[in-house]
Amino acid sequence: MKILVCISHVPDTTAKINFTNGDTEFDANGVQFVINPNDEFGLTRAIWFKEQAGATVTVVNVGGPDAEATLRKALAIGADEAIRVNATPIDGFFVAKQLAEVVKTGGYDLVIAGKESLDYNGAMVPGMLAGLTGYDFVNGCIKLDVTGSDVTAVREIDGGKETISAKLPLVIAGQKGLVEEKDLRIPNMRGIMQARTKALTILEPVAANATTKAVKFEKPAPKSAVKLISPDNLDELVNLLHNEAKVI
Amino acid sequence: MSILIYAESAEGKFKKTAFELASYAKKIAAETGTTVTAVTINISDASALAAYGVDKALNVNTDKLKAFNAKAYADVIKQAAVKESSKFVLFSSNTDSLYIAPLVAVGLEAGYASNVVGLPQSISPLQVKRHAFSNKAFTVTEITTDVKVLAIGKNSFGLVESASSLAQEDFAPSLNDNDFTVKVESSEKVTGKVTIADAEIVVSGGRGLKGPENWGMLEDLASALGAATACSKPVSDLGWRPHSEHVGQTGKPVAANLYIALGISGAIQHIAGINSSKVKVVINSDADAPFFKVADYGVVGDVFDIVPKLTEKIKAFKAQNS
Repeated sequence: MKILVCISHVPDTTAKINFTNGDTEFDANGVQFVINPNDEFGLTRAIWFKEQAGATVTVVNVGGPDAEATLRKALAIGADEAIRVNATPIDGFFVAKQLAEVVKTGGYDLVIAGKESLDYNGAMVPGMLAGLTGYDFVNGCIKLDVTGSDVTAVREIDGGKETISAKLPLVIAGQKGLVEEKDLRIPNMRGIMQARTKALTILEPVAANATTKAVKFEKPAPKSAVKLISPDNLDELVNLLHNEAKVI
Repeated sequence: MSILIYAESAEGKFKKTAFELASYAKKIAAETGTTVTAVTINISDASALAAYGVDKALNVNTDKLKAFNAKAYADVIKQAAVKESSKFVLFSSNTDSLYIAPLVAVGLEAGYASNVVGLPQSISPLQVKRHAFSNKAFTVTEITTDVKVLAIGKNSFGLVESASSLAQEDFAPSLNDNDFTVKVESSEKVTGKVTIADAEIVVSGGRGLKGPENWGMLEDLASALGAATACSKPVSDLGWRPHSEHVGQTGKPVAANLYIALGISGAIQHIAGINSSKVKVVINSDADAPFFKVADYGVVGDVFDIVPKLTEKIKAFKAQNS
């Protein structure tokens, strides 16, 4: 089984988010970047398939040279090879177009992406990629098993979960549950050394028009300070929730 | 040119978000001088949509679509959009709608913006404000294609009643057998409980509750408020509560009207997941807990003492105001 794992290179959760150039660009200055957490769950599951069932795992990112550190980390964790499509990821559709090209050329059986990225929270690339390649698609996947070309997946639904059967080839948008947090891997020295000699191929982008553009960014208005209510005066809390906040 | 909405339903009844979406669409329709068409799946009578300004319902009734199937549903919506020559196709932010929307966008060669808050800032060019960076910022996104697909954040617009004379039509789109290779084998759903996705109010517990045996008081408060129950990540990691209740960055997002955090310190990953809730209340014994920085109302004190008392107060309030 040939697996492609799509990796977003995103600011760490704890990073301060700032904008520059008149609030039209994200300010990457001093920001630590990581593998998008939803992608990391998928990557770890893919490596499990490699170890248990002899799958090959390729990781791919659409981005600039700065994303290579994130791809090397994925290699150090256990992916076999990496591809970087050398382009600025303008929007979800543009990224999906680039990935679709990689999928078609590489003939992957299983494509795993995170259900959304921590930065733009678009939650659209996996679905668009499925639409563009004609592959079947499971969104919000929290469990994944493959036997031959038969897939059993569990996805989260409002108020529960659903077990799904499907066939390869398939696109999965994954999240926590594909593996548990404790199963995530930290690269060890051997992995880091091996990662240096693994192939990282740089591809030029195919022509594609973006369908959206980020016009500007805004930070939420500063919040007014919390109103503290004494534990002995809970009537006041009920009163505020009813009369001031109007939520009960 | 009609604005198309996908009015999501479950067990033959519209979800509340369908009415919110209709209200939103009506507002854009009024501004642009057009009408609202809803596509419904396995709804025998869509007349409930008339109260929220929907002019036409295209009702698709077939056993083939009884189980959810993203590809087939997307195909249906795409055909409805073509039939109505819609320039706008709108979705709510339910799990199933978010599954379908990117497929529809690709099918219609449309630009797509999710997580949209509030009405468009401009219609031409279309610019919408959306949550990004895990609720730490907003982006104003412009969609540059002719057809536009939007997914509207829950509770970001609200219900606006607007009576219309709804015309209902049976709609029989062509269904492609190739769309049915992904099959639902079984589903597990919590019944008789408000789900986090549908809830107006969410009551959530953290490690400060000390153990799963103490969730009774949280459930009592939730039931007094008609709220859904949720928990922080450590609580689900420890197995005190099921993963389906975990809210936060790697869990479920919450965009409730009221979010009440009991014994949750407010790690940045937790806040990222719940911050689009309108009003946040925290009850915690540690006055320095970061949650107090993002909350609207806070009570510093012992949750075991405060929560049962608060439940009684809420019950009394409900009894008085019902």
